Amino acid sequence: MSRRRPTARRCLGPIVLLLALCFSPLTVHADEPLETLVQALAAKGFKAKTKAVEALAASGDAAAAPVLEALLAGKLHYVKKGRRVVRIEKRDGAKAMFDPLAGTDLGPAKRKTKKITINNKLRRTIRGALGALTLLSPSPTVRRDAARAVFRSPRADSLPLLEKALAKELDDAVAHEMRRAIAALRLTAGEDLDVRLAGAHALADFPDPQVRDLLARIANDAATPAALKAASEEGLAALNRRLELLSLIQNLFQGISLGSVLLLAAIGLAITFGVMGVINMAHGEMVMLGAYTTFVVQQLFREHLPAWDAYSLAVAIPAAFLVGGLFGIAIERGIIRWLYGRPLETLLATWGLSLILQQLVRTLFGPTNREVANPEWMSGALEITGGLAFTWNRIWIIVFALAVILALTALMRWTRFGLDMRAVTQNRRMAGAVGIRSGMVDALTFGLGSGIAGMAGVALSQIDNVSPNLGQGYIIDSFLVVVFGGVGNLWGTLVGALSLGIANKFLEPWAGAVLAKILILVAVILFIQKRPRGLFALKGRAVEN
Amino acid sequence: MFSRETVLFLIALGLATVLVPLANLALAPESVGHVPTYVVSLLGKYLCYALLAISVDLVWGFCGILSLGHGAFFALGGYVMGMHLMRGIGDRGVYGHPTLPDFMVFLDWKELPWYWHGLDMFPLAALLVFLVPGALAFTLGWFAFRSRVTGVYLSIITQAMTFALMLAFFRNDMGFGGNNGMTDFKELLGFDLQSDGMRNALYVASALALGFGYLLSRAITTSKLGRLLAGIRDAEARTRFLGYRVEHYKLFVFTVSAMLAGLAGALYVPQVGIINPSEFAPAISIEIVIWVAVGGRGTLWGAALGAFAINYAKTYFTGALPDAWLFVLGGLFIVSTLFLPKGIAGLLRAVAGRWPKPSARPALKPATAEAGDD
Repeated sequence: MSRRRPTARRCLGPIVLLLALCFSPLTVHADEPLETLVQALAAKGFKAKTKAVEALAASGDAAAAPVLEALLAGKLHYVKKGRRVVRIEKRDGAKAMFDPLAGTDLGPAKRKTKKITINNKLRRTIRGALGALTLLSPSPTVRRDAARAVFRSPRADSLPLLEKALAKELDDAVAHEMRRAIAALRLTAGEDLDVRLAGAHALADFPDPQVRDLLARIANDAATPAALKAASEEGLAALNRRLELLSLIQNLFQGISLGSVLLLAAIGLAITFGVMGVINMAHGEMVMLGAYTTFVVQQLFREHLPAWDAYSLAVAIPAAFLVGGLFGIAIERGIIRWLYGRPLETLLATWGLSLILQQLVRTLFGPTNREVANPEWMSGALEITGGLAFTWNRIWIIVFALAVILALTALMRWTRFGLDMRAVTQNRRMAGAVGIRSGMVDALTFGLGSGIAGMAGVALSQIDNVSPNLGQGYIIDSFLVVVFGGVGNLWGTLVGALSLGIANKFLEPWAGAVLAKILILVAVILFIQKRPRGLFALKGRAVEN
Repeated sequence: MFSRETVLFLIALGLATVLVPLANLALAPESVGHVPTYVVSLLGKYLCYALLAISVDLVWGFCGILSLGHGAFFALGGYVMGMHLMRGIGDRGVYGHPTLPDFMVFLDWKELPWYWHGLDMFPLAALLVFLVPGALAFTLGWFAFRSRVTGVYLSIITQAMTFALMLAFFRNDMGFGGNNGMTDFKELLGFDLQSDGMRNALYVASALALGFGYLLSRAITTSKLGRLLAGIRDAEARTRFLGYRVEHYKLFVFTVSAMLAGLAGALYVPQVGIINPSEFAPAISIEIVIWVAVGGRGTLWGAALGAFAINYAKTYFTGALPDAWLFVLGGLFIVSTLFLPKGIAGLLRAVAGRWPKPSARPALKPATAEAGDD
């Protein structure tokens, strides 16, 4: 069980609480008995101090919490004359004294004071007491932290308080933490074997590594009674099975998430490369332009419509589509049109274009990363059970990627433009003969692919650094996805992206991130040797041309 | 074999080989014609690039294999040379360990990995400079050409290969110095690498290697084999149906080209004094292709010229206008593919009023217009 040093957040907690106390009229009357308890902290010897801390905890008064926090942080001193307990804080470089309970300013620390020392054992006691004291706090996050603290340093006398708190608890997540703490308390500090056995059984329902450590410690402890040992081992086995399952699900989710990112980056390429046969090395730069569009739109919202800031993404998506699409049409009309049938030259020219676009963005926006903020509905995580949480931005990206590919499939299948597009792809001259303006279809198709790349940039700006090199990181992966899935086949792209993503995430814990990537690259290279036309190859004579 | 262009190129190269070291060593530093030592090294570096460009031209210009991974062969040759030079440091490293290079001491390794053994012997290192890139090219080509991976697919595979190698060489536990690569070289064959004499010697060696690479490529492309390669480039399926084992010829020329690239890398490393994984970056490999495209593919000497011209421009721009360089390079990619399909060589030939006679060299026809095999 690791003991953490007081973090900044923990120190902030008491200050906020203290402020609340200062403005609350109740404290004036309530602190009478507490005052004497607090003074007892100045006692000599750790045993006496422990007793004082326990008495404070037993009072169940939340006002005692900041005092204990201060004690834990080493800020509690006593004035040598009269042994009055004070809290000492630095203020403008000089030390100042405060009343530990009311927080009133007692002026600069001129008189001789002595720090109230604590040892590790006392520190543990204080932590447990603090946890118990803050269990009834009005803020759910404080209550949750308190329940966690009790779980980490369980003490038998917190049990009644914890049960009282659980009975009142309305927040499910906090109640979950409290039940875990109660189970841990029963297991470690229960008075008879039955209570402890019940605790061991109950703990098996909380799949998280800390619980596993606790159960393992009980199971391996020589002093544990045999029945409890068996129960702990049984719980441990069940827990390990659940944890394995959870990590499997977590891996799967991360794989799908990576796959959806790859999918977003590759869909546009599946159109320009897969359907039109154009190698567009500047595809990654379309993604990058989309990400920068998101940045610009967000800045504009912040300046002109700060109230609507959370909805800037809704504007950024069509804006990025337009930016990418217009750039795409310009590229097709300006460069690629002249190079049809010369794929190697297309590759070189678009590579040159990607260099120019990167440098252009670097000149305009600077070489450093730009900060694109997550809107509130995309930050945080969806917690399924303990130890299993999916972050919202990843979930939204998966949803977005699926929506894009569905919309695109519908467009290809059911609209006039999709029909024209397929006609030109399958037989350009025949399409021209029946009156389709193939030049325009080319330009629009390329614009569509680039526009989708722009939208991918919106999504990637939420999880990746927005820098001029953003697109470079995705271009090789995207090509691999398209080639792996089968050129000219959107479903192939979907399957290719998801399988590459999942394979990558399952290899990662075993081989490390870099080696996993190399293995995937080699595997795809070998795969292309075997099936040069990808997973879902188009069949028929048209493919051979 | 010895056309007028070849003779002119060899004369120019020969003059440069003799005159530059002469101007560096024989003339006093303050005289007008003196060439400072750093310029000698810079020119030596360009000569290595020129050899690299010729190796790419050999496969791309004459056999239609657009390799976007030749930087990997170059870097592998460089790494072999770098390992030899590292072994040559001996106990003069920062940590003073008699056999282990500094970065291994730093990583707390106890003994040399097996693949570092024997590299202190120059003949073995010189052999491996050819063998390692050649073996990689042979393996990759064996799989790729046999399963008829051609055109753009092959380009993407070669690019993925160099990308994978870059990621691998960035890893510390590969034993190649990780991120930092290898540097701090002291001497080669017992001569101080910093001395003027050695720098001139490396320059001359690079020039000779370039001449060798040019003549070898020229010999291959003007032979009957060369005509077959052009046939593969222009109509692979047709050549196969005529009864030739297309993949064997492609494999041969691809491997030879990789070995030339490895040689270029091995000469490059002692002159610049460092080798690190960024040489494997896909962007560098693509840049090599543009040297060839700008110089004029399918001419060999044009490729060398392109390497010189672009790298001189790069040296100039990155010094004078660093922000403008990528605009220039990107512009070159677009302009040369759209408006200059024959490159500088084609321009020069047009200026000289002497288009190549079709009977003399069938290899000079640009091949990509046919959609047949791409």
